[in-house]
Amino acid sequence: MTKVLEISDLNYRYEKNQEEPTLSDLSFDVNVGEWLAIIGQNGSGKSTTARIIDGLLEPEAGIVKICGETLNRENVWDLRRKIGMVFQNPDNQFVGATVEDDVAFGLENQGISREEMLKRVEEALGQVNMLDFKTKEPARLSGGQKQRVAIAGVIALRPQIIILDEATSMLDPTGHDEIMQVIREIKDKYNLTVISITHDLEEASHADRILVMQQGQIVRNSSPSQLFSEQTDLIEFGLDLPFSSSLAHELHQHGFDLPATYLTDDELVEAVLKNLN
Amino acid sequence: MDKLIMGRYIPGDSVIHRMDPRSKLLVMIAFVFILFLANDWLGYSVLLVYTFTAIFLTKIKIGYFLRGLRPMLGLILFTLIFQVLFTPGTHEIFHLWIIDITRESIINGIYIFFRFVLIIFMSTILTLTTPPLTLADGIEMGLAPLKKVKVPVHELGLMLSISLRFIPTLMDDTTMIMNAQRARGMDFGEGNLVQKIKSVIPILIPLFVSSFRRADDLAVAMEARGYQGGDGRSKYRALKWQIGDTLSVLVLFIVMVILLAWRQFWYWY
Repeated sequence: MTKVLEISDLNYRYEKNQEEPTLSDLSFDVNVGEWLAIIGQNGSGKSTTARIIDGLLEPEAGIVKICGETLNRENVWDLRRKIGMVFQNPDNQFVGATVEDDVAFGLENQGISREEMLKRVEEALGQVNMLDFKTKEPARLSGGQKQRVAIAGVIALRPQIIILDEATSMLDPTGHDEIMQVIREIKDKYNLTVISITHDLEEASHADRILVMQQGQIVRNSSPSQLFSEQTDLIEFGLDLPFSSSLAHELHQHGFDLPATYLTDDELVEAVLKNLN
Repeated sequence: MDKLIMGRYIPGDSVIHRMDPRSKLLVMIAFVFILFLANDWLGYSVLLVYTFTAIFLTKIKIGYFLRGLRPMLGLILFTLIFQVLFTPGTHEIFHLWIIDITRESIINGIYIFFRFVLIIFMSTILTLTTPPLTLADGIEMGLAPLKKVKVPVHELGLMLSISLRFIPTLMDDTTMIMNAQRARGMDFGEGNLVQKIKSVIPILIPLFVSSFRRADDLAVAMEARGYQGGDGRSKYRALKWQIGDTLSVLVLFIVMVILLAWRQFWYWY
């Protein structure tokens, strides 16, 4: 499989005399078309990693390779075009005064012609089901709608990697599900690589692979099912368990004979039904 | 806040609504200068007719314009009274110490009154018929020639449109902070002046801090979307100068010529 992103030995600290580095010798790869989730407690360095990948922060040491090219000061603007980032607060990343302006902002920065822009804005807004809100101002949108606009702004730029930096953490469950649905659709459509940084374990459980970070290092790198079946480890890392996982654990304690592997909600229902019959 | 008409936009689809913001701005600014050319009943009646035609063309109820006048009424009456009381003249009506009411001073007062009203009406037409964003665009493009003398026109335009976009967000912030402080036992608008001023601090400081955070987040988001400054950028929104715009500028020009000619005529006789 081809690697879209290779990170080796990243080191970073926000202040020079900071004792514990924010990131220490961080290395990982991401494959083309993969959905990678990065989880970890606050202050474990997840967001810092995302910002270094996008060239918004410069690492102390280490190499970031995007599509085989090493990120440096000269090519940061070119490589950044391959990455689209959606941040946490929907209000603070809304640059444009209306929905269409916001989607066009990134295109304007690239100097794309007006005809092309009109086409792409329309297309991107259609993709996230926000065409009816084209001329609306951000103050009139809900949090989920603003995040959908942010995603439209990203897909209009046709990136290869989308980084979601806790993009759903300020949304209600409905908004969260909508956003995930949209991401899944566009991921399949354009064969995108998605890196989602999250606290939401349900969200992480849908990923192809999960990295667990702790104090600037990767402490686990495995598939969701593998990770969530090692229940005690997760609690040690200061993380929670997905609902189905803790329910399965509870049921097991009460004498249900369930497989020891991680089960999604549907799989758990199936297993319990089988058990009852 | 709803009572404030000045600076508000009322959506509509009139001739004036469809005009290019640049031409509206140009007409508005030129109108203020032309207003000072008028110095007699004819000049003012021409401008009154001009303004009321424009108001009629906006298809917005005259009530909105009158309400726009209300906050300025105190200021207008204040200057009006001073004009009437202290303008020297020959046809004296009433005299007491330094107070000197003459026929000239009354006429002068009436002119000043109309001058204020016309300026306010014209600016209200501009803001009522132009969405703030379009206005910002108009200002940016109108200032474009100043790029040659190193005025950062793009940056000014960007700042203007970001400020406009953040006004409702910051308003929400303010309300939220105020309610949060109220919940903790803060009383706003109570007590004497010093206490009132002091009670603003628990709103201002959190508001500043949250603005800094917003600014930082926004800057990062802009950079992540490839913003590198004004060079090499294209524009999504385009302004279109139409026949109506040329026409409105032309009409104002004719009005100006008439007034100038009339002034000269007066000067000679």
